[in-house]
Amino acid sequence: MKTKGHEDVIEVTDLRRVYGGGFEAVRGITFSVRRGELFALLGTNGAGKTSTVELLEGLAPASGGHVRILGHDPYTERAAVRPRIGVMLQEGGFPSELTVTETVRMWAGCTSGARPVGEALEIVGLGRRAGVRVKQLSGGEKRRLDLALALLGRPEVLFLDEPTTGLDAEGRQDTWALVRDLRDQGTTVLLTTHYLEEAEGLADRLAILHEGSVAATGTPAEVTASQPSRISFELPDGYFLGDLPPLGELGVTGHDVEGRAVVLRTHELQRAATGVLLWAERARVELRRLEVRSASLEEAFLRIARETAARTGTGAGTGAAADDKALTGTKARKDGVSA
Amino acid sequence: MTTMTGTGTGTGRTTLKGRMTALARAELTLLGRSRATLVTAVLVPLLLPLSVRSATDQMDLDEAGLSVGTVMLPAAVGFSLLFAVYAALTNIYVVRREELVLKRLRTGELRDPEILVGAALPAVGIGFAQCVLLAVGCTVLLDLGAPPAPHLAVLGVLLGIVLCVALAAVTASFSRTAESAQVTSLPVMFVSLLGSGVTVPLEVLPDRVASVCELLPLSPVITLVRGGWTGDLTAYEALGAVATALAWTVLAVFAVRRWFRWEPRR
Repeated sequence: MKTKGHEDVIEVTDLRRVYGGGFEAVRGITFSVRRGELFALLGTNGAGKTSTVELLEGLAPASGGHVRILGHDPYTERAAVRPRIGVMLQEGGFPSELTVTETVRMWAGCTSGARPVGEALEIVGLGRRAGVRVKQLSGGEKRRLDLALALLGRPEVLFLDEPTTGLDAEGRQDTWALVRDLRDQGTTVLLTTHYLEEAEGLADRLAILHEGSVAATGTPAEVTASQPSRISFELPDGYFLGDLPPLGELGVTGHDVEGRAVVLRTHELQRAATGVLLWAERARVELRRLEVRSASLEEAFLRIARETAARTGTGAGTGAAADDKALTGTKARKDGVSA
Repeated sequence: MTTMTGTGTGTGRTTLKGRMTALARAELTLLGRSRATLVTAVLVPLLLPLSVRSATDQMDLDEAGLSVGTVMLPAAVGFSLLFAVYAALTNIYVVRREELVLKRLRTGELRDPEILVGAALPAVGIGFAQCVLLAVGCTVLLDLGAPPAPHLAVLGVLLGIVLCVALAAVTASFSRTAESAQVTSLPVMFVSLLGSGVTVPLEVLPDRVASVCELLPLSPVITLVRGGWTGDLTAYEALGAVATALAWTVLAVFAVRRWFRWEPRR
C-alpha cells in the first residue's frame, strides 16, 4: 500500500556506529527525511558520512540507536527494504572483465521490476559504451554505471554516496540534473557530498556532519542563516580596534585581530557594516582590503571545522575506517553550532 | 517517464532462481575470460591423475584389495574437487571481495548465502562435470566395470562439492589478496592430497596413520567414491564417512558466518 505524501521515509534516531578497534565513527545522529525530499549529508572526509549511510543501506548493524527505512529496519528486514531502494556506494565494485551491458544484465536479474538494460544505460548516458569492459571505463563512467544500477529498479528511496566525486564539471551537471528529475518525480534521495555547491544547489534539507555528530541541520537557507556574516578589513597605521565605536553597539558578536587585519562577525550585517563605514568616513580613514560577506554554506562549513579545530588544536585525523581515502579533516570535538 | 517510483505491484519481484541464474551467468562469463582460472579449474584436474598412474606401479594394491582403477578414479575426483572447486573458488571469492564486488552485491536484493552460492555455481558445475567425465573415462579405459554402489560415489562427490565451496569461503576469509590466497589454500591442498587418500590410498598406509587420516576433511569423500566402486564399504563405515564430511561442512559454514569478510580490510 502506498502511503500518503508526507510521511518520514528515512528515520534516524540517536544512531551510533563503533568500529572493531573502538573508533566511534557515528556518535548519536538524529534526522529524518520525508517522502520526495532530497536530503544531503555534508561533511569533510572522516566526518562519518559513509559510516552513517552504510547503516541506512543495511550493510552493517548499528551499534546503537535506530534506523527505519520505509518503516523497516534496513539490516534485520533487508528483504522488505532492498527491492524498494537504490544504492550507489562511494566506491562501486564491478568485475573488471565484464562489459557494461553484462554488468547491468546481471544486476537486472537481481533487481525487482528492473528497467530494460538499454534504458538504464541511456538514462546515465552510457549507451555508447555498452560493449566496453568495465576495466576500460574512465572513473567518471564507472560512477555513471554505478548510478545506472542504483536506478535500475525505479527505487522509492535512493542512497547516493558522493555520486559526483571523480566526475568532470559536465558529468557533475548531468548527474545533478538527473537527481533533480528523480526528486521531482517523487523519489526520496539521500546523498552525501563534500561539495558545498552540490548540497546548496540540490538539497531541500541538509545536515552538516562533523566528528560523527550533526553540527548543523535544516534547509540550506536555515543553516546559512544561523551563521554570522563577516566584515574584514585592515586598519591603517596608528589606529586600533578600540578606536572604532563600541562593537556591541554595531551588532558585532565576535571579532579577530591579527596584526592590522580585523574580522568582525555579526548577524546584523547591514547595521554593522554601516557603523564601520560611517566611522571610517568621519575619521577619514581608508579601510584597505575591505570585504563584506553574507553568511554562506561554505562559511558555515568552514566555521564548524575551524572552531572545532581551534578547540583541540589541529591534530591530523585518523578517520573512520570505512569513510576515507584522503584524511584532510581535523580531529576535534563537535562544536555547539546548530541551526 | 512516469514510473520512476513504483510500489512493487505489477513489477515482478525477483525470485531466488532468477537471482542465482543472473549471478552464475556473470561468473561463468568471467570464468571464460580468466585464463589462469581456466587452467586451474579445467586443465590441471584432468592432467594430474596421470601422475598417479605411474605411482600406482610402486604400490602393493592387490594386498589392499585395490586396483589401478579404484586408486585413480578417487584420485581424479579429489584433484577435481581441490582444483576446479576449492582453489578456483578461493581465488574468485578473494578477487570479488577486493574488487568491492561482494560489497556492491550486498546492497542489492541478493542475500548473503545467495551471493556465495551463486558465485560458486560455475565452478561447481565444472567440478561436477569433471567427476562425471572421469568416472565414465576410468570405467571405460581402466576396465573398472560398473560400480556396485554408485549411490555412495554420488553422495561422496556431492558432499565433497559442498565442503569444498565452504572451505573456499573460509580460506578466502583469511586471504588478503589473490596472491596470498595461493599460500593460504596450500594447507588444505597439501593435507588433502597427501592425507585424504588422493595421491596415496589410505588402505596402503599403516593402520594408526590411516585412522587419523580418515578424519581429514576430504577423506570421507574419497572413501565414499572408492567404496562406490569397490563395493566393500560397510554401512557403518559409509555412515561414519558421511558424518565426518557433514561435521566438516558444519564447521566450515560456521567459520564462514563468523569470519567471512565482505569488503577489503583497509
